[in-house]
Amino acid sequence: MTMIEAINDALDIMLARDPDVVVLGEDIGFFGGVFRATAGLQAKHGKTRVFDTPISECGIIGVAVGMGAYGLRPVPEIQFADYIYPGLDQLISEAARLRYRSAAEFIAPMTVRTPFGGGIFGGQTHSQSPEALFTHVAGLKTVVPSTPHDAKGLLIAAIEDNDPVLFFEPKRLYNGPFDGYYDRPAKVWKGHADAVVPDGHYTIPLGKARTVREGEALTILAYGTMVHVASGVVESLGVDAEIIDLRTLVPLDIEAIEQSVRKTGRCLIVHEATRTSGFGAELSALVTERCFYHLEAPVERVTGFDTPYPHSLEWAYFPGPVRVGEAIERLLAAD
Amino acid sequence: MTMEAVPPAGANRPVLALHVPEPRFRPGDPVDFGFLTIPPAGAQPRPDETCAPAETFPLCTDLVRVLGDDDQAHGPWDPRLSADGMRTMLRLMAMVRVFDGRMYRLQRQGKTSFYLKCTGEEATSVAATMALDAGDMIFPSYRQQGCLIARDYPLLEMVNQIFSNRADKLKGRQLPILYSAREVNFFTISGNLATQLPQATGFAMASAIKGDSRIASAWVGEGSTAEGDFHNALTFAAVYNAPVVFAVVNNQWAISSFSGFAGAERTSFAARAIGYGIAGLKVDGNDALAVYAAHAWAADRARLNHGPTLIEYFTYRVEGHSTSDDPSVYRAADEGTGWPLGDPIARLSAHLIAIGEWSAEAHAAMLTELDGEVRTAIRAAEANGILGHGLHQPDTTMFEDVYETMPWHLREQMAQALHERAVKYPPEVQP
Repeated sequence: MTMIEAINDALDIMLARDPDVVVLGEDIGFFGGVFRATAGLQAKHGKTRVFDTPISECGIIGVAVGMGAYGLRPVPEIQFADYIYPGLDQLISEAARLRYRSAAEFIAPMTVRTPFGGGIFGGQTHSQSPEALFTHVAGLKTVVPSTPHDAKGLLIAAIEDNDPVLFFEPKRLYNGPFDGYYDRPAKVWKGHADAVVPDGHYTIPLGKARTVREGEALTILAYGTMVHVASGVVESLGVDAEIIDLRTLVPLDIEAIEQSVRKTGRCLIVHEATRTSGFGAELSALVTERCFYHLEAPVERVTGFDTPYPHSLEWAYFPGPVRVGEAIERLLAAD
Repeated sequence: MTMEAVPPAGANRPVLALHVPEPRFRPGDPVDFGFLTIPPAGAQPRPDETCAPAETFPLCTDLVRVLGDDDQAHGPWDPRLSADGMRTMLRLMAMVRVFDGRMYRLQRQGKTSFYLKCTGEEATSVAATMALDAGDMIFPSYRQQGCLIARDYPLLEMVNQIFSNRADKLKGRQLPILYSAREVNFFTISGNLATQLPQATGFAMASAIKGDSRIASAWVGEGSTAEGDFHNALTFAAVYNAPVVFAVVNNQWAISSFSGFAGAERTSFAARAIGYGIAGLKVDGNDALAVYAAHAWAADRARLNHGPTLIEYFTYRVEGHSTSDDPSVYRAADEGTGWPLGDPIARLSAHLIAIGEWSAEAHAAMLTELDGEVRTAIRAAEANGILGHGLHQPDTTMFEDVYETMPWHLREQMAQALHERAVKYPPEVQP
C-alpha cells in the first residue's frame, strides 16, 4: 500500500468499527480529498459520517471539539498544515485544555489529520512543518508517521486515543519514500518492506519510537521524510549509524533516545522545520541533559533554514543529503 | 495613471474620515435614553416556529416584549406560564442576584481572587434556561451563572469552585466562576471568548448525526460577536441546519468598550442572523416572560429540524465588568438607573403582584430566605478552605488530566513539585 492507501484504510476500518467516528474537512466528502486520503469513504459510510465542510479551519476544529463533548470521535482534516493557524485558538485554548480545565468532565478525543512537510515545490504555504507549535502545548499529542505501515497503525491508535492528537502526514511520502535525491527518478512504495500493511485493525502505540537501523557509531533522531533522507545518506556513506524514527513527538520515547545515545556517544537530530525553537532544540536539550557524560561530540542539528519555505530555491533550503552527510562526518571526526 | 494625476486631498473629492465610535454618555454626562425606540409590549407578531428565516427579519430590529408598563402580560409572545412557574422564575433570578452580591463581598474581603456579577441580566440566563430541556447542553460565557442556578446546581459546588478549595471539583485549576458542570449539562467555561459558539454548533451537529433529540444553546456577549468564532459558528450552523440556539446578550458594554465597537451603530446583532440564512429575534432582555418565550420558540424550532436561531437579548450591564473593573472611569454613573427597560426582577415581581399572585411582603421574605441559603452554602464552603489558606487539592493534582494517562515528563515534573513541597514544608512545620 501507499501511505495514502494506508491512511484511507485506517479511516475505513475505524468508521466501520466505531459508530462515533466521523470524518470532516474541506473537499474530503464526495470528492475524496485533494490527496485522495478519504476516497470512497463517504459512498461507503454515508454523508453524516464523512462530510465536506465550509472553508474555515477554526470552524472545523471548533465543531470537532463540540462533537467530542457530545461523545463522538471526530477526525477533522486540515488540507495543509500551513493552513492550520486559523484553528490554533480552538486547538490550544480548547481541545488541549478541555480535559484539564473540566477535571475530565469533558474531553476532546479528536485526531486532526494534516499533510505537512516540503520537497514538493509547495512554496511557502504548502510545505511547512509546524510541529513545534504543537509540541509546546500541554495537552496535545503530536504524531508523524514515515511509512505506510506506521501511518495506518499510528492513525488507528490516534483515533482510539482519548486525547487530542495532531497527526502530521509527510505529503512527500504519500506515494513513495524520498531520500532527498530530487534529481533521481521518484520511488514508489510498491515493493518496499515498510509498504507491507496488514489487513484489518492493528495499532502502533503512541509514544514508542522505531529503530530503523541499529548501529554503534552515532545516533540519528528523525521523523517523517527525514527518516528516509538520513537512511539514504547512512547507506551511501557506509556509516554504522543507529537511526531512530521518533514517530510520536509528544509523548516522546525518551528511553529509546537515551539508550541509543548512551551507546553511541554521538547524536544528530534532523528535521525539515526551521531551526530556531524547532523541535530539534528540545531533543538536543534532552540529550544533553540526560546523556551528557556519554557524549563524545556536541549534539548536532540539521534542519531547514530560518526562512519561510522558498519555492524556486527549494533544494537549497531542504535539509538534503549534503547537509546531513556533512553533519555525520563532523560528528564522527570529533573526539 | 501617474501619481500627479491624483488630485490632492480636498481638491474636488471629499477628504476621507475615519469614524471612531463614541458612546453617548461619558462620566459626568447627563443620561437620556430617549434615543432608544422602545415599542409597546405585545405589539410584535409571533411567527410559527417553522417559518422561513427571512420572515423573522422584522423581529430582528423590533423588540419582542411581553411585560408592559402596566405590569400586565401582552400579545402573542406571552408564554402563559402558571403563577407557580413565574414564582419559580422570580425566585431563581433573585437567587442569582443575592448570590452575586454575597460573592462580590467575599472577593472584597480577600476570600477569593475574582468575581463577576450579572446584575440586570438575570432573565437572559434564568428564563432562557427554563425554556430548555434538562438534557439540552448549555455552552455559556462567564456571565451565565443563572443557567447553573436555574438547573438547581448546588450553591455549595459553586462556592467551592470560587474558593478553589479542597472540595473544588475543578481542583483549583480554574479561575473563579469558570465553572464546569456536566451533571447538569453545563459546558466547561473558557476564558477565551466566543470559542463556545462553534463548539455548541458541533455538539448540535453530533446530536443530529446520532438522531438524538437534544439541542445545544450557547451564550455570548455582544462584544465577543466580533470574534471570528461567531462567524464560524453561524456559518456551520446554517450549512448543516444544526439544532442550536445562539443567545447574544447585548448588555451594551464589553469592559470599557460600548457596543458600537462591536458594530451596534449600524444594525442590530439579531439582524446578522438573516445574512447567514437563519432565524433571528431581538428581545427585551429584562422581560423574563419575553426571554422565556423567545428561547422556547427557538428551542422548538431546533427540535423540529428547522435549524438554528440567533436571539439578541437587549439588556444593560448594571455593574462593572468584574471585580477588577471600575466603570465610573468610562461611563456615566446613572446609566444603569436610567435604563428604560428597567430591572428584570422588579418587573416580574410587579407583574405577579399585579395579577394578585405575589406581594411586596412575600418578596422581602423571599430575599431574606435566599440570603440565608447563600450564607449557609458559604459557611459550608469555607469549611473546605478559602483561596490561599492551604486547604486546596494536593499538589499532585496539578499534573493530572493534562492527558488521560500521565506521560513520563509530567511524572518527572510531579516528583519535582513533591520535592519542592517537602523542602518548603519539612515534617516539623507541616500544617
